[in-house]
Amino acid sequence: MAVIETRNLTKKFKELVAVDGVNLEIEEGECFGLLGPNGSGKTTLIRMITAVSPPTGGEIRVLGKDLKSHSRQTKAALGVVPQIDNLDDDLTVLQNLTTFARYFAIPTDEAKRRSLEILELFQLEEKRDSHLRELSGGMKRRLLLARGLINQPRIFILDEPTVGLDPQAKHLVWRKLFDLKSQGVTQLLCTQNMEEAATLCDRVAIMHLGKIVSQDSPRALISSYVGDEVLEIAFDFEDRVKIIEGLTASQIDFVDAGNIIQVFHTSRDDLAGVLADLPARLRQRTATLEDVFFGLTGRALIE
Amino acid sequence: MKMFTWRFVRMWQRNRDVFLRLWHAEAPGFVAEPVLVLLAMGMGLGAYVGMVEGQSYIEYIVPGIIASYGMFSASFECTYGSFFRMEERKTYDAIIATPLNVEDVIAGEIFWGATRAMLTGSGILIVATIFQLVHSPWALLIPLLSFAGGVLFSSIAILYTSLVPSFYSFNYYFTLFITPMFFFSGVFFPLSNFPEIVGRISMVIPLTPVVIISRALVSGKVDAGLLGALGIVVVLAVLFFSVALVTMRRRLTV
Repeated sequence: MAVIETRNLTKKFKELVAVDGVNLEIEEGECFGLLGPNGSGKTTLIRMITAVSPPTGGEIRVLGKDLKSHSRQTKAALGVVPQIDNLDDDLTVLQNLTTFARYFAIPTDEAKRRSLEILELFQLEEKRDSHLRELSGGMKRRLLLARGLINQPRIFILDEPTVGLDPQAKHLVWRKLFDLKSQGVTQLLCTQNMEEAATLCDRVAIMHLGKIVSQDSPRALISSYVGDEVLEIAFDFEDRVKIIEGLTASQIDFVDAGNIIQVFHTSRDDLAGVLADLPARLRQRTATLEDVFFGLTGRALIE
Repeated sequence: MKMFTWRFVRMWQRNRDVFLRLWHAEAPGFVAEPVLVLLAMGMGLGAYVGMVEGQSYIEYIVPGIIASYGMFSASFECTYGSFFRMEERKTYDAIIATPLNVEDVIAGEIFWGATRAMLTGSGILIVATIFQLVHSPWALLIPLLSFAGGVLFSSIAILYTSLVPSFYSFNYYFTLFITPMFFFSGVFFPLSNFPEIVGRISMVIPLTPVVIISRALVSGKVDAGLLGALGIVVVLAVLFFSVALVTMRRRLTV
């Protein structure tokens, strides 16, 4: 069953079309990644799906219900982790959770029980009575995630959850997200971290200029856009033109990434022969989602 | 316009919890200051003024101090306080992603601002009673009046907050709106002292009817004529409250 469905979803800010006719179907229990450069419309899309921002056009159905007419019910079933820290600085760590629980009308005793449990889960139990200013950036981020789980959401929506975290904290978060998935919680994960997307997501959609340009499993996207391996060609600067001419003449697809040239779909039989004649230093590596990302959204800055 | 629901209580509770943690930092502004003004003006200036409308000067200014410091409490809470929560801390954004809607959040803010006004008004009333400046049992209704006035001033404040781009904008609010009301609503001197035009303008600014009712309750001279003033307070409160819900929704759900 699709738990989040959008049809032709559009958001305009005056002249700017931030989200442009997006169709999404996110299945129950999957982790769905939303990738895209800054300004591609990811956050706007998430704000619409979480009923915070009204769409200019199109439809959103969450858990089978029209979002516009069931916004409160829907919000009660969502856990939201925003990109910008909006923890309540006037409250202690524990109060942040119990106060948030109250917004969901969770009874006081139950709220306290859940809050303590979640603090333990995110290894924050020793900070329960601390002020937020005493927390490190990583702790705040973990608290933000913890807060998003206070209502035991069926759908967990995260906007860049591991930005600014050290590798240890990042892996702690990944492990939690993985556990949640095994408990059947659907996840919509907005990220710029390709490794994160490849590790956690069953499917990813790549957004560019407000549109979804491609979506599939990370593995499938990589093999259809890049192939399994990428051949990277390093060269002395004066040989650059010669190499580009050589590849072009043999009709080999390549990407000019500045100081190196990348060749995708390396399974072509005559590739080795062509390259042997060129003054190139070769290095083969496994293809990644980042290659797909660059391929679909270009190398230029958008903003 | 969308209505708020009982969920506004959650926002109110949030503000109450923060207040209970930090009240000692806020108390001087809202209890100590009005008492100082009351004593300084009442005893210092009062010694030169003599009697006003048959009362000692210090007795004369008690009701106005109650009304205007209630106004200050509500106004600070719903300008600087609300703007800080909305723009700096993004607290509203966090809360409207839960089952609370914008209207619930804003109603919670307004009723909290009104609660602050009620606390301030009641505090001054208690001090004034200790100084034997209050003589009528009608004064027991002062907390209720402070709350109603608080709803009005919180609504106006949060409406302004919903429209402004930065903290600096509140300088205008206090200098051009709140401070003039403080001086021209019959707090320190009867409106009849002013040229007629000032008196007329004064009748349409929102603090004046609150001061009129407060004066009647503290002095015990309560009559049916007060219903007019009460009507103005209620109508203005409902009006500004409603408009604030609309403008805040527009600001927050872009």
